Amino acid sequence: MSVNQKIVSDLINNGIEFVTTVPCKQLAGVIDEIERSEEIYHIPSNKEDEGMGLCAGAFMGGKRSAIIMQNTAIGVTINTLVTLIQYYHIPLPMLISYRGELGEPVACQVEMAVHTKALLAQLNIPTYHFHAAGDVEELDAILKHCFISKKPVAILTDASFWKGA
Amino acid sequence: MIRSEVLKTIIPIISDRLVVCNIGLPSQELHMLDDQPSNFYMLGTMGLASSIGLGLALAQRDKVIAIDGDGSVLTNFGTLPTIANNVADNFILLIIDNGSYGSTGDQPTYAGGKTSLTAVARACGCENVVECQAEDTAEVMKQALDSNKMTIIVSKCESGNVKVPVIDMDPVVIKYRFMQEVQSRNPD
Repeated sequence: MSVNQKIVSDLINNGIEFVTTVPCKQLAGVIDEIERSEEIYHIPSNKEDEGMGLCAGAFMGGKRSAIIMQNTAIGVTINTLVTLIQYYHIPLPMLISYRGELGEPVACQVEMAVHTKALLAQLNIPTYHFHAAGDVEELDAILKHCFISKKPVAILTDASFWKGA
Repeated sequence: MIRSEVLKTIIPIISDRLVVCNIGLPSQELHMLDDQPSNFYMLGTMGLASSIGLGLALAQRDKVIAIDGDGSVLTNFGTLPTIANNVADNFILLIIDNGSYGSTGDQPTYAGGKTSLTAVARACGCENVVECQAEDTAEVMKQALDSNKMTIIVSKCESGNVKVPVIDMDPVVIKYRFMQEVQSRNPD
């Protein structure tokens, strides 16, 4: 099983049926896998805050949801995370490509990478960092933690993780 | 006719429907006029009423009405292509277009200028877009509910507000009672 298949199968096994995505190069494979999945309704969004609105609606409609996006989106979605997702206690797994870490070819990505964990910490968002290929084994437990706690949860996946996967 | 009067005219039609209502005065007015467990009031996050409404409509079977404003749609313009490309025939988006940011002091929006949200929605690929005058909103809403087709209504009304109290209900209570209501309408 590829890492992309493993991720999508963990989402499905945790009852996630509605996934919104905003693409990133590192996430291309997992997004393809989501699109192929018959168990998941895949709805690409144009901006990550829009995507979080879709996820909140789907959750209230009885479907567990998740968002897949780049870490730059943390800058876009702070207000939505605080006044919608956290304020109304909506569980939201966020699978995030952690651009700007070791091996990053695009200098500008480093600018947001240096703020990513600090922003998530400031927002009291439980944050997990997948760096080695084996780290994906924690995903199932992280998803369960997200839904029992009814919180947004960040899973940062860096270039080393995707390279080794 | 101003927004609160438009809301008054449609309440008899939408009172027992699932409604996702825009932040600020629209939610406060709906809450004051006709509080229902089937209403989801947005207390924060300007612009996402249509996205929450679409997500809800796609996730379950009952009809969903999102009440939005022109300013809020302008702030989340990306919502219109997403709606157009993910058709949910149990979804109605009502854009109450008063050409102004009502909750913040009636500053003019571009929708009150050269920009037609009706034309934008059509250009984004939305198929059933109806523009009407404020007075006709209730009739158009009734037709949209009867049509069983995803519909976007742009109701052109005057700018202006009434005095309303803020909503002091806890967000988790709003969500909880709304979800109970959604669940009761979707028996297994």
